[in-house]
Amino acid sequence: MSDLTVLYDVPGPRARIRNWFYTALFLALLLLLGWWVLSAMAEKNQLTEDKWSPFITDSRVWTTYLLPGLLNTLKAAGLSIGIALPLGAVLGIARLSEHRWVSIPAGTVVEFFRAIPVLLMMVFANTLYAQFTTIESEVRPLYAVVTGLVLYNSSVIAEIVRSGILSLPLGQTDAAKAIGMRKWQTMVFVLLPQAVTAMLPALVSQLVVIVKDTALGGAMLGFGELLSQVREITANYGANTIATFTVVALLFVLLNFVLTSFANWLEARVRRGKKATGAVVHAGVTDTVEIEETPSKN
Amino acid sequence: MNKRQAGIAATALALALTATACGGGSGDSDELTIGIKFDQPGLGLKTPDGKYKGFDVDVAKYVAKELGYKNKDITFKEAPSADRENLLVNGDVDFIAATYSITPERKEKVDFAGPYLMAHQDLLVRKGDNSIDSEKDLNKSSLKLCSVTGSTSAQNVKKKFASKADLQEYGGYSECLTGLQNKAVDALTTDDSILAGFASQEEHQGKFKLTGLNLSDEPYGIGIKKGDTELQGKINKALKKMVKDGSWEKFAEKHFGPSGYEYGEAPKITETS
Amino acid sequence: MFDFLEDYDVWEAFWVTIQLTLYSAIGSLIWGTVLAAMRVSPVPVMRAFGTLYINTVRNTPLTVIIVATSLGLYQTMGIELGGGDSKEIGFRLAVLGLIAYHASFVCESLRSGINTVPVGQAEAARALGLNFLQVLTLIVLPQAFRSVVAPLANVLIALTKNTTVASAIGVSEAALLMKEMIEIESDVIFLVFAIFALGFVLLTLPVGMLLGWVSKRVAVKR
Repeated sequence: MSDLTVLYDVPGPRARIRNWFYTALFLALLLLLGWWVLSAMAEKNQLTEDKWSPFITDSRVWTTYLLPGLLNTLKAAGLSIGIALPLGAVLGIARLSEHRWVSIPAGTVVEFFRAIPVLLMMVFANTLYAQFTTIESEVRPLYAVVTGLVLYNSSVIAEIVRSGILSLPLGQTDAAKAIGMRKWQTMVFVLLPQAVTAMLPALVSQLVVIVKDTALGGAMLGFGELLSQVREITANYGANTIATFTVVALLFVLLNFVLTSFANWLEARVRRGKKATGAVVHAGVTDTVEIEETPSKN
Repeated sequence: MNKRQAGIAATALALALTATACGGGSGDSDELTIGIKFDQPGLGLKTPDGKYKGFDVDVAKYVAKELGYKNKDITFKEAPSADRENLLVNGDVDFIAATYSITPERKEKVDFAGPYLMAHQDLLVRKGDNSIDSEKDLNKSSLKLCSVTGSTSAQNVKKKFASKADLQEYGGYSECLTGLQNKAVDALTTDDSILAGFASQEEHQGKFKLTGLNLSDEPYGIGIKKGDTELQGKINKALKKMVKDGSWEKFAEKHFGPSGYEYGEAPKITETS
Repeated sequence: MFDFLEDYDVWEAFWVTIQLTLYSAIGSLIWGTVLAAMRVSPVPVMRAFGTLYINTVRNTPLTVIIVATSLGLYQTMGIELGGGDSKEIGFRLAVLGLIAYHASFVCESLRSGINTVPVGQAEAARALGLNFLQVLTLIVLPQAFRSVVAPLANVLIALTKNTTVASAIGVSEAALLMKEMIEIESDVIFLVFAIFALGFVLLTLPVGMLLGWVSKRVAVKR
């Protein structure tokens, strides 16, 4: 049911008037809410110039705090995505294996790492690297953050891949067998290409999660990502917490918006190309939507 | 099992590849890495032009100079409260000057030199608010206190002197200050040195004041790796010299002066071996 | 080895975590369903609002949302949600923030669930003369819910772990206690971590397995 207009009749004259009425009412409510928020903020002096102007007039806020923070966030997120995607795919396929000595360990790994808060994994990795490796202390927090994110997100991605493959009609596997394909050929040439289409939406939301989760490394590992810059900015510009949080949140939204837009464009391309295969693109029973995990900031 | 190992191996490999790209770092004996706070005005603050300033920073620089390092050889590294012991144990920093109170639990893992400042837990209130002038005024449910999540000050409030007070905890001091300005909380409580740093900021001058209650003793020490008695001795010597030649007084006046914080005298060195 | 635990009430902290999870789960289910209804409704402005809400909230770090409830709603606008002291207020604000955030994920799961319901179901319902709300609540949503138990279980698991963010505004749940213990019991940091990791595994694993089983039982076979 991708075309949702099927849920209601085409509005007639009366329904159209009613819809207009709802529209007006809803807009009025939203405006009222917005006005209330702004007036409350003004009353508490949160809209004053000295709280917001640093972000416009003082370029050093950007060059010293926000941009380096953004860069760190991008670095950690990029690395994690690059490693977690293939690793997750391998784990997901392994879990579907007919050999129990492959599927059971893979399943255990996935279930285990999905259950532990990411922050704990990061801290653990940080200590582990410190004691048993010679990784330089400057990059160690980055490694720890990436390790934690990879462990957690590759297990989530594994589940997405697995459910994407399971959502395909059984006939696909049967047909592949009938023409004499081997198991790996079936997987690589028949199942995976079709499954990718079904799992793209879930994958994209997981990538957004990775971007946001880089923020976990800020509080406890001293990883200088974007969100952790809030503390330093507010310490320098007279506790303008509301303004700073707003700006940082906007940056995150913008970053993720770029990411999702790119993914949507990609999805559209993939779908167009795959139309002829007759793949089932309804996200299906096992469509996975996963979310992030963001313990606190210090 | 095999998949997991393969996964970790892949991760390690990928990380190793990026490591070579990053490069650089400490380890050379002619460089010195010092752990400080990045977000505490008056003590350790990363300023918009990328420099560091504050009492802790000046003390650290003085000590570094006495140890024979030039300013350009010093690298400052952020030392978040929860990570300080690890930084020392791992050898990521040579020493830490980051509002680091000397406590028996911490001495299990690290050693200290100093102390170099005797801070006390105190309260910051709005100017003109005279409702708090003794410890007795604290333990009532109508009083809204604010402190930082998991800090020793918050513990003290809960367990020692104001278990009845309404304690709001936030991730950072700035949130508490916003609350204080908005009148959502009545007082921010932590070490007086930190409070003084915030109160002396340009944006906050004339808005807040310290109550001057000495609720606890927080001797700030310089954290060093456990068992490094040689460094301990050298730092102690540097600290003594700093007090003697008047630098200590100069630093304290420069960073705490504007708030009217009575920082007292330099404490006696207690951490010797 | 574990004697330091006597000074701390670990159970109490995890109990707060469980309460946070429960209330937020119920709230996000309701608000998420309303959002999903908005996103498929015949009123364009509601659809636009739904889309905007989802795209903003899902792309913002949870920490920012939770802190915003405290700094914005409570401090600036004076909304206390009927809580007496700051402990109660903080708890309720955290629940509100968690609901606002996770509802967007519930909504997206539900929408993919709606996609699995065959078109004929809604067409038949409309042929019977049911209006939009009736089609949605009587025919489409009941079937959609049955097919999204597994994704909703994932949301619930993530929600359980996400309650740790509430410590940013001082709700005394597990992560806040962990921070306290790290600050004071700095000599046994590893043990502290192990205890809390175990706590979360115990909370999330059984829920995940139970709901995985449920999802197979109630799934609509097509």
